[in-house]
Parts: sequence; structure tokens; C-alpha cells
Amino acid sequence: MIIETDTSGRGGAAALHRYELNGAYDEMFSAPDHPRKQYRPLHNLLLDLGADELRRSKNEADQSFFNQGITFTVYGNDKGTERIFPHDLLPRIITAAEWEKIERGLTQRITALNLFLNDVYHEGKIIEDGVVPGSIVYTCKHYRREMRNVKVPRDVYITVVGTDLIRNPEGNFVVLEDNLRVPSGVSYMLTSRRVMKQIFPGLFQKCRVRPIEQYSQALLSTLRSLAPEGRSEPTVVLLTPGSYNSAYFEHTYLARQMGIELVEGRDLVVHDNIVYMRTTFGLQRVDVIYRRIDDDYLDPLVFENGSSLGAVGLFNAYRTGNVAFANALGTGVADDKAIYAFVPKIIRYYLDQDPILEGVETLLMSDPGQRDHVCQRLDEYVVKAVGESGGYGMLIGPHSTEQERSEFRQRIYAEPRNYIAQPTINLSTAPCFVDGIIEPRHVDLRPYVLYGEKITIVPGGLTRVALRKGSLVVNSSQGGGSKDTWVLQN
Amino acid sequence: MLSRVADSLYWMSRYFERADNASRVLKATYGLILNPAKSSTEERWFHAVSSLAPGAASNNVDPQRALFLLVADPEGSFSIVKCISGARENAREVREEISSEMWEHLNRLFHDVTGFELQPDDDAGAMRVVSLVREGSYRFNGITAATINHDEAWHFIQLGKYIERACNLCVMLDAYFVIGKHPDDVDWVGLLSSCAAFEAYCKACTAELKPERIANFLLLKPEFPYSVRYSIDRMHAALTAISNLSLSRRTENVERLIGRLQSMVTYVQIGEIIAELHKYLAAIIEQCRELHAAVHELYIEYPIEVAFQN
Repeated sequence: MIIETDTSGRGGAAALHRYELNGAYDEMFSAPDHPRKQYRPLHNLLLDLGADELRRSKNEADQSFFNQGITFTVYGNDKGTERIFPHDLLPRIITAAEWEKIERGLTQRITALNLFLNDVYHEGKIIEDGVVPGSIVYTCKHYRREMRNVKVPRDVYITVVGTDLIRNPEGNFVVLEDNLRVPSGVSYMLTSRRVMKQIFPGLFQKCRVRPIEQYSQALLSTLRSLAPEGRSEPTVVLLTPGSYNSAYFEHTYLARQMGIELVEGRDLVVHDNIVYMRTTFGLQRVDVIYRRIDDDYLDPLVFENGSSLGAVGLFNAYRTGNVAFANALGTGVADDKAIYAFVPKIIRYYLDQDPILEGVETLLMSDPGQRDHVCQRLDEYVVKAVGESGGYGMLIGPHSTEQERSEFRQRIYAEPRNYIAQPTINLSTAPCFVDGIIEPRHVDLRPYVLYGEKITIVPGGLTRVALRKGSLVVNSSQGGGSKDTWVLQN
Repeated sequence: MLSRVADSLYWMSRYFERADNASRVLKATYGLILNPAKSSTEERWFHAVSSLAPGAASNNVDPQRALFLLVADPEGSFSIVKCISGARENAREVREEISSEMWEHLNRLFHDVTGFELQPDDDAGAMRVVSLVREGSYRFNGITAATINHDEAWHFIQLGKYIERACNLCVMLDAYFVIGKHPDDVDWVGLLSSCAAFEAYCKACTAELKPERIANFLLLKPEFPYSVRYSIDRMHAALTAISNLSLSRRTENVERLIGRLQSMVTYVQIGEIIAELHKYLAAIIEQCRELHAAVHELYIEYPIEVAFQN
């Protein structure tokens, strides 16, 4: 259906007049022409602003992103390797009540997943008790045998988490993916807030939006809380793969915001199981490493040979307890997509509580019954490779061709443990300013969770948008963009 | 400060100074070849090429290609475009250390000069690149001085800039005084303009162009920013500041080298060196090289055993 808006005397109706609701939950409209309460100030503003004014604001925002150097690297292009991050002009708004549930749900989920990690790398009680099969845990691509019986500071494995939530057609937030390794994107959350305050100061104030600017301080104190005992003034560093990494902007941004050194592997030296960085004043001891490189590249002695991104001897220093990593190594076992199916059981097992946030129904292709069921109806399911992220290795059934489906069918039968299937979910839609008019686009939500002494969740997150019409893929590598996310005060 | 960061700042600064120097030389030379004069166009370009790319200089410089090679040669390591790219590449490695204004300016300059895609016979285009760098370099130096803390990072930037400048000046003086064939007044104006020194020289020594006075001015004048003496004084100041900050390091060797270098330009009169100018200039360049190596070994790539002895 098409929403007809009362256009009498309001300049901006032109931009809104083609807003079509489909079966998805719409963030702004509960029914045609009925904006939800939290969206009314924005809706009113949109009725007043013409398309030209919106376009001007959009240009101003683009310019601001460009001047702040908010860019990501495009691979395979050696000249202008930096592009601005695609973003949408209109904020996504979340009520205090909705946020309260998200916050409780994530805290519960992260607590349980952390206990799970501690358990599978020590006694393995959950496996002994038959709640999660060992055959699945030990075959995870990211299970790190080297982490067996390694004591990690405060028993915290997952210090920085970026959980992907989606809203289903009933309006409930459900967890789509737990990103427990090296989640990125938080710099876009922080910088787009700055830009939005500049573009819509009046609206921002009227809506009473909770601040997120304290994220960097929270991250720094979380990292410091992991320092080895007796190091009262710990040195915290951010370890980056270097300026050619696509998230390099974020690495420099966070290092600058926290006032810590941005190091590369070649800056680090390990001597007698103590990590140092080379400075002009000599070697300086390093206590906590916020590493933005994958497990496999951290230490060529232990993992992937020939990698020069990490440093020789880091892992032994870590085992000895002389340095802390955030996140710990081996956390990928808990965000494996097959383990995901067991998270409700994991929460009940460790916390004796019902999960507050639901997950998406997940079918394991290693189970013959479920496999046959799915393979006969591939056009209804989303199939994912368990160890992948970033939207790679995925089949979206309803949007696939017969040839793609038969390829996936073969792959599934060849390597059943490597695949899971989920019913296709219609992500919620939010208003986006695209090509001069406002149209609904599918969105998800990635809040950032910090876990050190306690769990901290900054009220907000990265709302990712599938900018292509009808698309359900929000990853920035595949045509996705972002929106500022406003969590309202009570 | 991380050693790698200090190294990148130092090289950012050196590359930028090198581009700045090349743009001054080319602007001055291009202005000269438009004049009719005793020496031919080829000889004028010969001066410029020997000043900027001593290795590549030979007696048969094709003037049609010289400008292109010095501005935009994609292969040569000395062209302006290459140097600006080198400066930007190093700045990119240390973006969190330099100010946003510095980065934005350098990045824009890089995109401007690489955006031209120059053809070998496009003199006007090449000179537009030269002008962009001329304007851009004063601005970049101003922004740098005004927007960052004058702490260790600043001193490494200064060190890079002035060690590069001292070497460039020596190469240039060598090209005009030693290798050059019968320079005339127009050539001397060219040399002075290449060092942004013409007006300053006239003020200090009148417009009478005497080779010995010019050499004295560009080598030993402590007050002029594009003199060898001035550059070495600034290097000394930067190295002293760095060593005062890092009290724990063993700086004796670096101190000895900069002291020796400084005495070469401080306690000397032009009459004593003008006869053997080539040897003198070569000695300064060689000592700058030694100093560079000593600084590198002390602050950047020191052996681990040494670090644990301290």
C-alpha cells in the first residue's frame, strides 16, 4: 500500500509520499500515516522539510564525514583507496523500554557465553552433561586447542562484543549473530552521532537522546581492568594489522580517543615472556593488547606460519599471564553458527534462566533429518557457512537462482558440519533518504557490549541499512550503510 | 613515542622537504629558460637536473623530457609527485599522531598533484603541479608548526626537514659551483631563486652577484633559513631536544657527529673553502649520512641487547 499524506501547506510531503509498507515491521509507521510515538518529532520535521533541504543536509553530512576522514579502505584500487562510509541521513529511534530489554538480554547472553568459553577451555562440564555435543564444540573452526587450561584475566574471554540484532515482523528484537572475535564498526557509531548533532540539533534535543560519547572511556577502563596483577599503571595498546586494513580508520580513531599507542606487530618484542614495544626512549613494557587482528595471525610460533602481522612469542607471554589480550584467543568457538543453535540451552545451563532475547530458529546440517528437510526447500531458507562472517558464504533462498541452490546443496552434502540453515526473516524497515525521496529499507542493530570488571553497554549502536531496495544484506562490503541510532531517555 | 612512528614522521618530513626543494628549483629554472642568455637551455636544465637528481644527471639532458621527469616521472624516485606520495604514505602510517589539519592538507595536495595524469610534453601542466606544491608547502609547514605539540614528534619532523634541506643545498651548490659550466649572472639569480634567497641576499649583500658572496650566503649565513649553517643549527636544536626528553639513551655518538658537523660550518671562512668547495660539500653530505645512520641506530632500530643494558 502507498501512504497518502495530507499535503496541505507542508513542504516536505513530497519526500514522504511514496513510503510503501510491506510485510516487515516498520520502525516509523505502525500503520499508514500513523507514526509511532517516538518517531513523531522526526515525522513532523520530514513533513516540513522539502526534498531540496534534505538533499542539502545530506551533502553537509557527507562533507562532514569526508573532512573528518571517516573512510574505509577499498581493496584492489591503489590510487584513491579511501571512500567515505555510506550512511543514511535519518536517525533510527529506539524507546527506553525497548532498550531496557535489549540491555538485560545482552547482559544475560554475554554472561552465559563467557561462562561457556571458560568451561569448554577447562573442565568441559557442559559437554560431559550432554547439553552441547563435544562433536560440535571440538570441530569448530575457531576452537583453539592451545587455549586449553589457559587462565585468562578475570576469566573474561569476550571483552568487546558486537551482537547483531534484528527485529522480526512481530516487533521483537532477536539475536542474529554473536560477534565475539574482533567486531568492528563502533567508530562509525561515534562519528555519525557527531555529524547528526550538527545536522539536526533541534530534533536531537527535543527527542532527549541518551549519550554515547563515553564509549572510549568505558573501553579504556575495561581494557585496563584486564592488566596483570601488580601493574598499577598498565600500558594498553591497540594492535592493528596496519594502514592497508579496511578498518584502519577505526583503529586510529579509537587509539586517539583513548590516548593509547597504535602498534603494529613489528613494534613489539617479546623477551623472557614479557612484551615490549620499541619506543625512542627504549623498550617499554606492554600490559594489555586490544588486538584487532585474528587469532591465526597473532604469533607465528603458534599459529599460521609466516604471518608478519603479530609478533614472535606473544602467545607464551599470554600463557604466562604477563600480558592480556582483548578479546582472548579462541572466542570464535562461541560465535560459531552451529553453537548459536545451542545458546538458549547454554543460558539455561549456566544461569538457570529463560533467555530474554530469542534467537532465530537454526537447523544443523550435520543432523541428517534436518538436512534433508532443508535441502528439499532451499528456496525458503537462508544457508550460512558456520565459521564465516561479513555476509560471505551465504545463500539467501528466496533471492537465489536454481543453479545457486544446487551448488549449495552439493556443498551441504559434502561438508554438513560446515553449514546451518535459518528461515528467511523479514528484517524490520526504517525510513531512509534515498535518491531524493524517503523510502523504507531493511535494517539491523549492532549494540556494543564491553565486559571487564562489569558489563557495560553504551545506549546505542550501529544500525546497518541494506541501501539497495528490497535487499536483506546489511554488510558494508555488500552495499550496506549505516544510520545513527538514538536510544531515548524515559 | 614508538620508534616506527618517529621514523615515519622523519621520512614524511624529508620527502616533503624534497618536493618543496624540487618545486623551488623548477620554478626558478623554468623562469630562466624563457630568457635569452649566453648559456643554452640545455645547460640551464643541466643545472636543475644536477641539483635535483645528481645520479641521473648526464651531459645530454633532453630539455623536453627534463621537466616531465623531475615533476612526474612515475619510475624515478626523485620526482615531485613521487615525493609528495612518499610524504603522504608516511603520514598515513601515523595518522593518529599528526593533526587532522596536516593530514587533510597533505591528502588534498596529493590528490591534486596526482590528479593531473601529466603527459611528457605538457609543460604548462607540469608547471601547474609545481605551483601547487609551492603554495602547498608553505601552507603545510605553517599548519604543522601551528597545530601539533612541539614535543618529540615535532622534533623528529624538524630533524627530517633540515637534514634534507642541508643535503639538498650542498648538492645544489655543487651543481652550480663545481659541475656547472661558466655560470653567468642569470644563472646566479637562478641559484638564489632556487633557494628562495634572491631578496634576502640583496638585502644582506646588495644586488651585486659575486660567486664567493653567494656561496658564503647560502653556506654560512646563520640567519637565513635556506642556508646550510641554519639547517645544521636547527638539526642540532632538534637532536638536543630529543636527547633531553629521553635521558636514558646513550647519545654520545650522535652528539659527537652533530657537534663535528656544526663546527664545520661555524668556525670556517668562505676563503678557506672556496678553492676546494667540492670536497667540502661532499664532506658535509657524508657527515649528514653518518648522522642519519647514528640517529636511526639510537632511536629507531636499536639492537635489543643494547636496549636491555640501559
